Amino acid sequence: MLDSVGEFFRRIGAAVGNGVWRLGYAARFLAAVLLGSGTSFRRINLTIREIYFAGVLSLLIIMVSGLFVGMVLGLQGHDTLARYGSEEALGVLVALSLVRELGPVVAGLLFASRAGSAITAEIGLMKATEQLDAMDMMAVDPVARIVAPRFWGGVISMPLLAALFSAMGVLGGYLVGVVMIGADSGSFWGQMQAAVDFQRDILNGVIKSIVFGVAVSWVAVFEGYDSDATAEGVSRATTRTVVTSSLAILGLDFILTSLMFRG
Amino acid sequence: MKRTTIDIWVGIFVVIGLGALLFLALRVGNLGSAKVRDPYELQARFDNIGGLKARAPVKSAGVVVGRIERIVLDLETYQALVTLQMDGRYHFPKDTFATINTSGLLGEQYIGLEPGGDPEEIPAGGVIKKTQSAVVLEKLISQFMFNTAEGNAPSGGK
Repeated sequence: MLDSVGEFFRRIGAAVGNGVWRLGYAARFLAAVLLGSGTSFRRINLTIREIYFAGVLSLLIIMVSGLFVGMVLGLQGHDTLARYGSEEALGVLVALSLVRELGPVVAGLLFASRAGSAITAEIGLMKATEQLDAMDMMAVDPVARIVAPRFWGGVISMPLLAALFSAMGVLGGYLVGVVMIGADSGSFWGQMQAAVDFQRDILNGVIKSIVFGVAVSWVAVFEGYDSDATAEGVSRATTRTVVTSSLAILGLDFILTSLMFRG
Repeated sequence: MKRTTIDIWVGIFVVIGLGALLFLALRVGNLGSAKVRDPYELQARFDNIGGLKARAPVKSAGVVVGRIERIVLDLETYQALVTLQMDGRYHFPKDTFATINTSGLLGEQYIGLEPGGDPEEIPAGGVIKKTQSAVVLEKLISQFMFNTAEGNAPSGGK
């Protein structure tokens, strides 16, 4: 009995210690990535290739999801607002919820599962097949040659994808609210423009998406680099990337929102 | 350096990403709307500003002629001191009347300016003397209920 209780606490202690150890290792890894970033910009083609894989290939899912999220917002918002006789505020509702929250957060979650997992799997597989070790042997720094371009590709892609998501969402809200249901087009855009402030709403949304981009890319490259060099290890690392970066996005979103929009 | 098909796709991606940002800034946000041009400041004191906030519009005849720069409590009179940033194209006579209005029943509050007939204009940095406070709905309702109660019971309060 006492033994099993002791074992229980030993496990908790080990888990906490392991978590802190990994966090420190991840921070040191991020520093190494940032220090080794010179190559990513000197040989910009490396980064452009990663923007293609992380950003361009995510275009479809981001744009379609944005459109549908905006259309749902348009429907639900119109339903609720019409009850209070303020349909003309539909544009404000759609635009503010997208630009402030849904754009960066949902785009970030999609990006983590679409691109983050791919980055982790790619780096993890390179490690499992000893390609990273081979590079090391040839005096090519794998962090600078493999990891940093993927990191920067993600960081650059994320804000663009979030902006696209929000823009498509607003169009979706317009399609449903104005074209389909028939709310007034003038008040839809007019009230939206009066209520959405460039600095307070749009710029803060962009800052959020950049932060999420850094978080997702960091988690993705770290989990890939730190994965066990086995098939099982790569699959666990991929899962951890999606879980950790999704939680990181939602947690960071709360912190950023309370900093940006309180008071 | 050879150009590849990836380059064109990344180029397209960056262009439409920035395009989306531009769309958000100009069409969704207020960056495209007319900025206050060569601004000058005016001040006005109100007994009660209700829910008025900084950055709210200043309108005259429904046209936006400025924005509210800041709102502070004047400790000498214990009134709200509102600083207006006015568009340089518009000037108002000295006996202009400033009221705090609400657009719609639950809309945002703004300052409405009703110009008087004075030939002299308020100079930059001047003060609007004639002001009317915000209508506080709760006060209005309580007044109304008080009046009805009095009307129904002429003998006096209960």
